[in-house]
Amino acid sequence: MKRWLPLVLFVVLVGFFARGLFLNPREVPSPFIGRTAPAFTLPLVGDANASFSPADMKGRVWMLNVWAPWCVSCRQEHPILMQIAEGGRIPIVGLNWKDKAREAEALLARAGSPYVAVPEDLDGRVGIDYGVTGTPETYLIDQTGIVRLKHIGPISPEVWKDKFEPKLKELGA
Amino acid sequence: MIPELGHFALIIALLLALTQAILPLYGAQRGNLTLMAVARPAAQGQFVFVALAFACLAYSFVTNDFSVENVARNSFSQLPEVYRFTATWGSHEGSLLLWVLILGFWSTAVSVFSRHLPEDMAARVIGVMGLISVGFLAFLLTTSNPFERLLPAAMDGNDMNPLLQDWGMIIHPPMLYMGYVGFAVAFAFAIAALLSGKMDVAWARWSRPWTTVAWAFLTLGIMLGSWWAYRELGWGGWWFWDPTENASFMPWLAGTALIHSLAATEKRGAFKAWTVLLALVAFSLSLLGTFLVRSGVLSSVHAFATDPARGAFILGFLAVVIGGSLVLYAWRAPKMITGSGFTWFSRESLLLANNVILIAALGAVLLGTLYPLFIDAMGLGKISVGPPYFNAVFVPLMAPALFLMGVGPLARWKEASLPDMVTRMKWALGVALATGLLLPLTLDGFKPWAALGFFLAAWIALAVLAALLDRLKYSQGTLPQKLAALPRGFWGMLLAHFGMAVGIAGIAMVANYSTERDVRMEVDSYAELAGYTFTFRGTTEHDGPNYRAARGTLEVSKDGKPVATLHPEKRVYNASAMAMTEASVHPNIFRDIYVAMGEQLDDQGAWTVRLFHKPFINWLWFGALFMVAGGFMAASDKRYRIALRRSEVPKNIAAQGA
Repeated sequence: MKRWLPLVLFVVLVGFFARGLFLNPREVPSPFIGRTAPAFTLPLVGDANASFSPADMKGRVWMLNVWAPWCVSCRQEHPILMQIAEGGRIPIVGLNWKDKAREAEALLARAGSPYVAVPEDLDGRVGIDYGVTGTPETYLIDQTGIVRLKHIGPISPEVWKDKFEPKLKELGA
Repeated sequence: MIPELGHFALIIALLLALTQAILPLYGAQRGNLTLMAVARPAAQGQFVFVALAFACLAYSFVTNDFSVENVARNSFSQLPEVYRFTATWGSHEGSLLLWVLILGFWSTAVSVFSRHLPEDMAARVIGVMGLISVGFLAFLLTTSNPFERLLPAAMDGNDMNPLLQDWGMIIHPPMLYMGYVGFAVAFAFAIAALLSGKMDVAWARWSRPWTTVAWAFLTLGIMLGSWWAYRELGWGGWWFWDPTENASFMPWLAGTALIHSLAATEKRGAFKAWTVLLALVAFSLSLLGTFLVRSGVLSSVHAFATDPARGAFILGFLAVVIGGSLVLYAWRAPKMITGSGFTWFSRESLLLANNVILIAALGAVLLGTLYPLFIDAMGLGKISVGPPYFNAVFVPLMAPALFLMGVGPLARWKEASLPDMVTRMKWALGVALATGLLLPLTLDGFKPWAALGFFLAAWIALAVLAALLDRLKYSQGTLPQKLAALPRGFWGMLLAHFGMAVGIAGIAMVANYSTERDVRMEVDSYAELAGYTFTFRGTTEHDGPNYRAARGTLEVSKDGKPVATLHPEKRVYNASAMAMTEASVHPNIFRDIYVAMGEQLDDQGAWTVRLFHKPFINWLWFGALFMVAGGFMAASDKRYRIALRRSEVPKNIAAQGA
């Protein structure tokens, strides 16, 4: 029986790996869940005189999507964000993160914008307040300004259905 | 056009790999020489087409073709040309293509240097390598096409990760892969032996040089990675027990066990089944490393491509290759008859002990690396396992193996005499003990781990000397004649063991006697560390090709005499806006002075600066280089070439007869 031992150990290992593929090791529970979203005021892309602040969204359930024109996985989630925006169920604010080359305006004009507002976080300071580790990241914020959900990485139709929709229902949006 | 050509070349390579896998394996099973003869040309043709695909990708990178998604994501127009070329394997897709390229290189090498093998053996080895190639080419073409177009084309690229813009990183991946993939040869030999049912001593002799060369490349690759981390990450550390590092270290441990166990199998026909299993395990761990790094199952600072579809593909591939080979092993293992016996104290028993310890250490590293995954998969929470675990488990495990390393080369095969060994080695033991106990006293305080390290280093070095003297005693002629007559395999072993001694001395010093300070430095202020005075002369703006830097100037002096002027930099890369610390190092054989810039503190030009004094750090790299040189030397031993010539003779006679 000794000769079967390596195989048995390997099969157990494969079981764990298979399970591991459906877990996200980077998904550390965000300390912001259940707390008020950090406040900020930033100018809007394309209109430096106008500004955006989370306080503007009081009374509504909304999403803060951190993205950047140089981010390839943001392009991947773009069509899904467009669908969500067209559904009109929830407004999306697109925090334009570290866009040194200022490409956001042209890109959104070309590809279409899912956002109700695009505040510009040039030096990434607001990103630091939110604990952004990379783009894209999306926060779901409720009527009272409390962060209810954080998603790291692009939103896929499955993520939207399994993660966001139940939360939205719970919040009555 | 060029990217499409590369894509097409990859598809042809896949078809050739299928041919290389199926026809020779079938032919070998049926004893059909015509089908077996397909192996060599198919392997060589596959290599040509993979090389063509690689050249196409490199061309797209060098010419800044940002309509290729891979190029747009991983390169940048301002990137210096040499990094644009190396960016070819900087991405997930590109590094897999490099993997296949190197597999093609090894397959071709086997096809050229296997004339002395029986035809069915060569056909099986090349066929198995073809199967592995099929898996990786299919993976590339279905989930990770490096030639995917991005339309409309990007204006410019995202830039290569600044951390990778270093010449250590240029050669680290190819060397590492030469090692990883080189174990595929040992794996293919093992599978071929299991398939044919002929697990004889000849099998061990054939796979030995290949395994040793692969091991030497892997050693070099790991050393380069460690050296890169040391200089480039700016923390002055050289090993972090990061999952990615462990992924390369585990095959190394298995490979080290394998080259030793192959020696016992070749010389004495001992532990055949165990050796075959190790050959399977070494390559399986290489594949596992690829899976861990590429699938995103573990979080690591290096894991840059994470995609569940890719992970699922590699896992499936892993299950087929490793699971299949282990089933084959379990089925064939009873057929392997072990050679003559040996007593509890003999070279065989010492090699076996070395193997057991190496595999236990491997198990400890594997457990530590996968533990977070086990816990997470069972829903018990998120944890991470750090250096304290690895140091606490790994060091005590390795210490006895290192002690046995000194005894092994002196012990006779089959039966050695313990009293005789004690008589011969007591002077070495005495000197080593004295070194371990006294050397730390001359340094900055007595530290037990340092004492253990010095003892083991001295012990191994003296044992190398003793083994050399012992060998010379039994040969004839003058000293130079005697030295020249020693086989290269023996020299290689001595060199590699001596390298281990040098490396351990370095580790004992740097781990116990390094000093560092984080200081606030104003312009023209000074700080002291380990007897050196560092005077800060402020920073200047410095523009690199694709970054802007604040370049500091620090004058280092000792006892009033200038030693060096260092220029550490804080860089901000243009495309990614990533900030990077570029340390500046003044090396010599006894120590490194290592300086890294922290943050700017005020408008007057004050900075936080990190100062390190790293005694004997370079001994680590030298030690590894000795081991690499030893590996190449052993693999070039005449013995393997004689075996080649001897087996050619009957073939020629047979040809004449026909």
